[in-house]
Amino acid sequence: MVPRPFRVKTVIQETHDTATLDLQPENPEEEFSFSPGQFNMLYVFGIGEVPISISGSSNGSDGFFHTIRDVGKVTHALINLRPGEKVGLRGPFGNPWPIEEGKGKDVVIMAGGIGLAPLRPALYALISRRDQYGDISLLYGSRTKEDLLFHPEFEIWKKKHGIQVKDTIDTGDRSWKGNVGVVTTLVSRVSFDPSNCIAMICGPEIMMKFSVLELVHAGLAEKNIYITMERNMKCAVGFCGHCQFGPAFICKDGPVFRYDRIKPFISTREL
Amino acid sequence: MGHACYRIFLKTVPYIMNKPEVIGKEGLNRLIQILTGMGYQVIGPTVRDEAIVYDSVHSIEDLPAGWTDEQEGGTYRLKKRSDEALFGYTLGPHSWKQFLHPPERRLWQAQKDSLGFDIVPEKLNNIKYAFLGVRSCELHAIAIQDKVFIQSPHTDLHYQSLRQNALFVAVNCGQAGNTCFCVSMQTGPKVEMGYDLVLTEILDDECHTFLISAGSDAGKTILKAVEAKPAGENEVKRAEEIIANTANQMGRTMATENIKELLYENVEHPAWEKIAGRCLSCANCTMVCPTCFCSTVEDVTDITGDHAERWQKWDSCFTMDFSSIHGGAVRNSTQSRYRQWMTHKLASWQDQFDTSGCVGCGRCITWCPVGIDLTREVAVIRESQPDQAGKLSGSGGQNENS
Repeated sequence: MVPRPFRVKTVIQETHDTATLDLQPENPEEEFSFSPGQFNMLYVFGIGEVPISISGSSNGSDGFFHTIRDVGKVTHALINLRPGEKVGLRGPFGNPWPIEEGKGKDVVIMAGGIGLAPLRPALYALISRRDQYGDISLLYGSRTKEDLLFHPEFEIWKKKHGIQVKDTIDTGDRSWKGNVGVVTTLVSRVSFDPSNCIAMICGPEIMMKFSVLELVHAGLAEKNIYITMERNMKCAVGFCGHCQFGPAFICKDGPVFRYDRIKPFISTREL
Repeated sequence: MGHACYRIFLKTVPYIMNKPEVIGKEGLNRLIQILTGMGYQVIGPTVRDEAIVYDSVHSIEDLPAGWTDEQEGGTYRLKKRSDEALFGYTLGPHSWKQFLHPPERRLWQAQKDSLGFDIVPEKLNNIKYAFLGVRSCELHAIAIQDKVFIQSPHTDLHYQSLRQNALFVAVNCGQAGNTCFCVSMQTGPKVEMGYDLVLTEILDDECHTFLISAGSDAGKTILKAVEAKPAGENEVKRAEEIIANTANQMGRTMATENIKELLYENVEHPAWEKIAGRCLSCANCTMVCPTCFCSTVEDVTDITGDHAERWQKWDSCFTMDFSSIHGGAVRNSTQSRYRQWMTHKLASWQDQFDTSGCVGCGRCITWCPVGIDLTREVAVIRESQPDQAGKLSGSGGQNENS
């Protein structure tokens, strides 16, 4: 329950409202490892604490990336931290993406907006053992071209690792030559074998709902689709009760859920 | 010869262990003194602000002698009894969770320094509580909170420390209240688990005694020091009668059969909207509930800006903030918040902790300012099910004899 001291190593400005903090344990002896999909509780002195997914581990250092969008007091304070400044960190918490379950299969990753952040370490894990997976696709939607996250990496994923990367934005201008529309329109434009495929989805609830529909329509079984849920979170260890979603505690039973297991609850309003 | 003795020993020891004894009022007073002498802070029922509340007890003088309570949906009144019973009432607004899982406590402090800030965790509280007058439903409630805070992937060390140090002197209920339904929830009225000592108060004519027996090694040691007398057959029989009589007095009934499926299948039901028409979303039910465990944290900073503290405080799923995420609250309507509370308590709790979250204490009914009665609300949903047509009686709610 007590945060551990971490320091900001670097701050990477990703978009106009989103930055990635590379956080390193203050004490080099401090053990920290995580699985893709897990999150940490980050504390800014005198401001507060919020759950933030781990968006990767940094190459050549013992730091961990946390990609944060400026949506409230604490996230605003976090992305305005400077290198060398201290944060409190509790974690990692939650269960991971089904990296193991996906072995020998095609993988479809669908993300909306900041939802790409917790999926990036999953993508890194797939890439690190690229030969163990079949076709891998990344379908990504964001509001505008200015909001596209990790865009410089898309080319590397495409060209170096043979990943089918498709992106789309809600609103384009004259300078945008790519796709415009919702992310679900991209499903039919990548190849995967629905009978031997798993999908991982992260984004706004409404986006995940329609993505599931589209994937099921394409032939994927509901048990092979994984989504992440977001609820208010205070303790992250199952004590505070805030993150309950039906019988599940998002913090310890999630945030990654197999779709068929939470299907009855996700369609209920205000649950 | 030696062999025969050994056989007698085997036979008689369990008999002695379970044999109830008897103390009078002075014996009960002695028990309080012994516990205090052992370093326990004795907490028991006392009268304050026209209610029975749990507070420090130094002698039997502090106990609510001659008081009883009248309870109904939205109603609680203390009344004088015709006798001097010390435990002649049911439950007040307090439960033991306020000691084991306090309404607020500091988790840590942080001090700004030249390198950023330094966090100092709060020391574990090693206070030893002896809880006097714990009812069976309350022991079940504590066992339920144990599952949340101890028997889960993470352990709340503060709760665990207080819990392990605590001693429980339970009382078999001598009467049931109008909002009681422990029989339905199979949590009482007879104390059967989780106690160190158990009392049954017997008031007959001129005689005011307590049947007492131990439920743990610690209880046995203490009982020895109390110097009780062996109980007679009559006293044991009388105590059983008292408990049986209490069981027959339950003011409410809850039909628990398939209750999980019933509520899961009725997440959309007109009953929720109707309840919301009365529910004030005041959170009283969650505050008085002995199993409700939700909390929030508040980070506070002093005026210098150099010192910050994190406090854990009880929270309630009835507040708007409880479900807020970026973009607004998930549960905006009162009906969704009531549904969350009742469905959690009676249904999803079973999936989470392998037990119901309700012990049938009835506090949420009594302390609801508008008298919403969850036994009745469950019955309304149950009676609306197609397969329930024609068998409307016995589905729960208020009992006719109450």
